[in-house]
Amino acid sequence: MKKGSNRRKFLFSASLGAAMTGCRQGEKPAAEDEGPNRLGKPVSEYGDRSPHEKSKRLKPETKTPEAASTRTPLQDSYGILTPAALHFERHHSGVPAIDPARHQLLLHGLVDRPLVFGMDELKRLPSVSRIHFVECSGNGRSEWSAKGAPDAQRSQGLASCSEWTGVPLSLLLAEAGVQSSAKWLLAEGGDASKMSRSIPLQKANEDILVAYGQNGEALRPEQGYPLRLVVPGWEGNINVKWLRRIKVVDEPVMTKDETSKYTDLMADGKARIFTFVVDAKSLITYPSGGQKLAAKGFHEISGLAWSGRGKIERVEVSTDGGKSWVNARLEEPRHRMAFTRFRLPWTWDGSETVLVSRCTDESGYVQPDRAQLIEARGMNSDYHNNATKPWQVMADGSVKNA
Amino acid sequence: MRSACLMLVAVALMQAQTGKYGAGRPPTPQEVKALDISVPPSGEGLPEGSGTAVEGKEVYARRCQRCHGAEGKGGDEVALVGGSGTLNTPKPLKTVGSYWPYATTLFDYIHRAMPFKDPGSLTSNHVYAVTAYILQLNGIIRANEKMSAESLPKVKMPNRDGFIPDARPDTGKVKGTTKR
Ligand code: HEC
Repeated sequence: MKKGSNRRKFLFSASLGAAMTGCRQGEKPAAEDEGPNRLGKPVSEYGDRSPHEKSKRLKPETKTPEAASTRTPLQDSYGILTPAALHFERHHSGVPAIDPARHQLLLHGLVDRPLVFGMDELKRLPSVSRIHFVECSGNGRSEWSAKGAPDAQRSQGLASCSEWTGVPLSLLLAEAGVQSSAKWLLAEGGDASKMSRSIPLQKANEDILVAYGQNGEALRPEQGYPLRLVVPGWEGNINVKWLRRIKVVDEPVMTKDETSKYTDLMADGKARIFTFVVDAKSLITYPSGGQKLAAKGFHEISGLAWSGRGKIERVEVSTDGGKSWVNARLEEPRHRMAFTRFRLPWTWDGSETVLVSRCTDESGYVQPDRAQLIEARGMNSDYHNNATKPWQVMADGSVKNA
Repeated sequence: MRSACLMLVAVALMQAQTGKYGAGRPPTPQEVKALDISVPPSGEGLPEGSGTAVEGKEVYARRCQRCHGAEGKGGDEVALVGGSGTLNTPKPLKTVGSYWPYATTLFDYIHRAMPFKDPGSLTSNHVYAVTAYILQLNGIIRANEKMSAESLPKVKMPNRDGFIPDARPDTGKVKGTTKR
């Protein structure tokens, strides 16, 4: 019974997909526009976007789609928030189906009072809402090679930004009474891989959230429903989803995802471990790879910048391949460890050129280019690539990876 | 005097029993035991049981080989063996043998997450055995060496000293400065 309905759903979305591709080739529109004198659709309980809007996450070809990632279409985004349905995914053993009525968080280890919290109990506690990006440290991985990624989504789509609502982890730790020998936490998810990471206790006392809300509603299953960590400004993997356990410990556990993975191999064969913070990064999302400027004349260059070290203070844009730079306008609000939108008016004269942005954060850190990054780390480090991303505008208006 | 002392003790006890918001309830020992599966380098928390590579070879063939290939050399999924001496070359191969700093991580990870489609289905003995097999394939232990709560934390991994602290910011100074 259930199988059948899933199958029907699949067939439906497959044919919808076909209709959409057809539509893109200028055939049948997804919904008839019959003008304002036609009675519209009735009210509905949970809204859908317009059938004309087709922006979607990019799915990889893989035999194990449960241990994979999808990418946010940053080139289509407006403002600084990512719709929950388009927030990038990275799962290690699929998305678990968790009943919130049964979900619990165990807090134990080096504490005076080990505690178990149910979801209702957590939501009763003093909560906060904050806007933060989450970025997988593997974002920009393809930018280590000279070829680079062809568009914004493939290049930097493992980053998204949401308003998160939850209880400060420091509050829960105080409830349990952390002992003086404690230095680290082990956070563990309730997915099939029981994904786990060690986190310095100090960060928990600064700003970690135990979050249940995203953009005004409950977390999406892919984003950790019903409970996840949000660790502002630190690499995505440590923002443990489907959070079921926090153990207060004196030393890091050295889990698979903090040793085998998410460590940065240097040219000399040594690897940096616990490389948590996200270095400042910016990206022009319009015009960006795969897009086409329709005509000469005015275009607003626009993009996103973010840093794990706080606020974005400055974004410079070059429209001549890095020869000269001007400050872009930074749009308010500028939150700490959140996407910041930048804009710059530009008149395209129809000639070939290269556009690139470079940001500076409140710590004074300036986004490096690829050569600077390789000089510092070599070519083997995989993670944490925050290099500037140049786009080449061709004479016909098409934009590609420079 | 005496009753004042008792009062103080009672108040202290009460404070020890609840936090500011009185949230949460104490877990039962069984609840903690069921969830507390993490194994740090000290080996604390490793369960009873043991296994050798000889036993693990059979477990591997049935439960792991399909994805990780014969003798851990990789297939649809990553290799678990090989790569030694490659970390500082243009084609580094990071595997359990060449890269992982601790053998306890291997037990911890297989126990919590593998086999991929049926995690939690191996007994502790089988996890010790298949751990031993992967270590033996990498030339780290001998085929008849028993892996257990006692012996596993003592295994010295080849890349044990291969990790260094985060040295960032290692970039971030602008070249050809443009002053504001
Ligand atoms: C159906 C395929 C499949 C089977 C069967 C399987 N694995 Fe895996 N294994 C995976 C995938 C996929 C990953 C990567 C998971 C991730 O993204 O975190 C993985 C990762 C691993 C890793 C981490 C490798 C590294 O270098 O980071 C180890 C170790 C491992 N598996 C051991 C085992 C063992 C032991 C078994 C048998 C008991 C097993 N696997 C069975 C698919 C499989």
